[in-house]
Amino acid sequence: MSAVHGLDLKLENVTKVYPGVVALNDVSLQIKAGEVVGLLGENGAGKSTLMKILGGLIAPTSGHITLDGQQFDRFDVKESQQAGIAFVHQELNVFDNMDVAANIFLGREKVRGLFRLADHKAMKELAQPLLDRIGARFRPDTPVSTLSLAERQLLEIAKALSMNARLVIMDEPTSSLTLSETNMLLKVIADLKAQGIAVVYISHRLSEVEECADRAVVLRDGVKVGVLERDELTHDAMIHMMIGRDLKALYTPPARPATKPVLAVRNLSIKSKPDRPASFELMGGEILGVAGLIGAGRTALAEAIFGVGEKLDGEILVDGVEVKVNTPADAIAAGLYLVPEDRKRSGLILDFPTLENVTMANLSAFTSRGLVSQKRQIEVAEIQRDALAIKTRDVRRAANEMSGGNQQKVVLAKWLSMDPKVIIFDEPTRGIDVGAKAEIYGLMRSLADHGVGVMMISSDMEEVIGVSDRIFVMKDGAITGELPRLKFSESNVLNLAVGKILEEA
Amino acid sequence: MQKKDIGLGILIIVVGAIVYMRNPLFLSPINLGNTANLIGLFGLFAIGQGFVIMTGGIDLSVGSVIALLGVLFVDMVGKFGVPWPIAVAITVGLGVLIGLAHGILITRFKLQPFVVTLCGLLIYRGIARGYTAESTAGFPFGSSYPQLEWLTIGRSFGVPHSFLAMLIVAAIMWVVLHHTVFGRHLCAVGKNEEAARFSGINTRFVTITAYVICAVLASIAAIYFAMFTKSVQPSSHGNFYELYAIAAAVLGGCSLRGGEGSVIGIVLGAVLLQELQNLVNLLGIPSSLNFAVMGTVILLGVLADQQFATYRNRKNTERALGLLQKQ
Repeated sequence: MSAVHGLDLKLENVTKVYPGVVALNDVSLQIKAGEVVGLLGENGAGKSTLMKILGGLIAPTSGHITLDGQQFDRFDVKESQQAGIAFVHQELNVFDNMDVAANIFLGREKVRGLFRLADHKAMKELAQPLLDRIGARFRPDTPVSTLSLAERQLLEIAKALSMNARLVIMDEPTSSLTLSETNMLLKVIADLKAQGIAVVYISHRLSEVEECADRAVVLRDGVKVGVLERDELTHDAMIHMMIGRDLKALYTPPARPATKPVLAVRNLSIKSKPDRPASFELMGGEILGVAGLIGAGRTALAEAIFGVGEKLDGEILVDGVEVKVNTPADAIAAGLYLVPEDRKRSGLILDFPTLENVTMANLSAFTSRGLVSQKRQIEVAEIQRDALAIKTRDVRRAANEMSGGNQQKVVLAKWLSMDPKVIIFDEPTRGIDVGAKAEIYGLMRSLADHGVGVMMISSDMEEVIGVSDRIFVMKDGAITGELPRLKFSESNVLNLAVGKILEEA
Repeated sequence: MQKKDIGLGILIIVVGAIVYMRNPLFLSPINLGNTANLIGLFGLFAIGQGFVIMTGGIDLSVGSVIALLGVLFVDMVGKFGVPWPIAVAITVGLGVLIGLAHGILITRFKLQPFVVTLCGLLIYRGIARGYTAESTAGFPFGSSYPQLEWLTIGRSFGVPHSFLAMLIVAAIMWVVLHHTVFGRHLCAVGKNEEAARFSGINTRFVTITAYVICAVLASIAAIYFAMFTKSVQPSSHGNFYELYAIAAAVLGGCSLRGGEGSVIGIVLGAVLLQELQNLVNLLGIPSSLNFAVMGTVILLGVLADQQFATYRNRKNTERALGLLQKQ
């Protein structure tokens, strides 16, 4: 394509510091026209920060950006757009109250006439060839509310093309896509490459990176740990570089065999999937992994057990005794705790001091004559801080000054200061660096060894396989299969997740 | 005391000193007594408003509640001869019901606080005007209620009892907000309702209680205002009082986003508002400019606070960067 002229983008020694955390440390990166660069790293490795700097959303603390020979200390959003950098975000930025064409030209509407009215006809005509270029089957006047997630992704790509993008950055574009949709997206990426457009492909799905990338840059804890060229791109090499060690070390076997069920769930159905009840048992002393694709109903199941989500029907038994769980308070009283998926939204109150976060769920236990004793709050918070190695000097300091891993430990400290029977972890290590991850896994194992039933929902395949003693897989709200440790494999989990039946080995 | 409270206290002293230098009457016992009375009256319901604001909500109905309950209280005592303690109990009871209605509509029916209490503002005012057929409610000529008057408009050593009542309420609410489980839960719900819910806090109960506290304090204020003005003109009594309350709470450091605020701050906010009112009177500024002065000072106060916050954040970032470079 002649419209796209050569791109030469360099990031040099870029560092970004947030209060209490170094998100990026001295990272350099070069991207040229027609290249597909895989950007790898675990959650919290600094990928998003790097991309936000390219998008002009945040300024690097130090270092600079060179575009076609011109040097910048920082981009603003406009410069980034003019440079031809476009984003397809993990959380899509489409407006479903408009049609496709209006979304593509949002903020750059074509206008006509004296009163500069929006020219819907011209926009639709301009949108069609863009949609053709990426093989989209929807039309410019299709309402976005009727598009599937994958189609919305294509819409974002069309929008990028409409801005004469020279570099399209895709952040976890396939995390909510089905396999066939994923394949279609990979084909679109190949087309973009053929048209001379560069792509930065951020994904946890290593096989996709293996398939489409010319090379992969690996970040760990904000540091660039290495680059893998096309011929070095293997699954093992990528993992080794990402986590800095071999995966097998993750698993610690339980100290003693699982005992009796601490939690039994019978025919639990939730409002969004009323005809797909789930039943399972969780033993004291085991770590039960819950796998499945996004939207499989894992979080909804956990929230129903914890009393936050609405459940239609079913029984919950703790230690063999049925408990009525209508509110989180009921669940907490029964010793059923949830470490929620969205830590910052549901897990803790970021602006609150650590001690308040730790004691929030049973504050009444810290009162004498109706008044809260801060002294006792501090005592308990400090005991938990030391037990979990939470890195904060002063438990009176706000939780938002900590790294994600330490915040997660604060959420856990809240429950450990009470008397857990069952703890459900929903994506426990999302956005947490590698070191802290290992600590969280260690904590889960030691909880289990103390007889607690640990249930771990995770979309991170390595985590599910590496940490669990047993896995069950969900699809559409129901449990489609169970795997004992001997049968753990990525393909077994994936097959169950998409609803296939495993062949008996 | 929080840093914000100290800043506000300094502002009050500075403004007071300026007014005193221009007009020494400012510190005369009469002026101080009158101002203290007004601070007491306005402080009472501003504290309630602060509790609602700390949940992230707002109560626009306060002025209308003061008018409606004022009319009813005056009529109960003056017209129907209800013994005043019973009339007080009924008035406060109505306050509880109004607060419950607001709280339930907001939590259970998921209506926005602004909308619910805006409707309250219109409804209560309308009922007050309809009930009295626009006529002023007053006590019969020559009637006197010595105990009730002592409690409301009486003075001890020159200190108005309305002011003392406000101090007592403030002390209780200070303990409630800062030292009870409910108070901590209130801040938690205001800051992050979702996380509070996930910690097993009954967020509905907390929110409803805040609206009940607000309406109850408004009902107590209604009695004090009725006794102070002796007659209640239903279309003008208590007009814009909700805005005074919101202004006092915001000046006192309550964030309209919820989760932040202190009782001391709200009381100081009420003090500053009355001091400004007094300033307008004493410095011979046309009283028509009253609102403009108040608005300007609030705006400057909030702006200054914002600038300090930005400055503090920048300092924190610099410190973090400094630590990194040392590593």
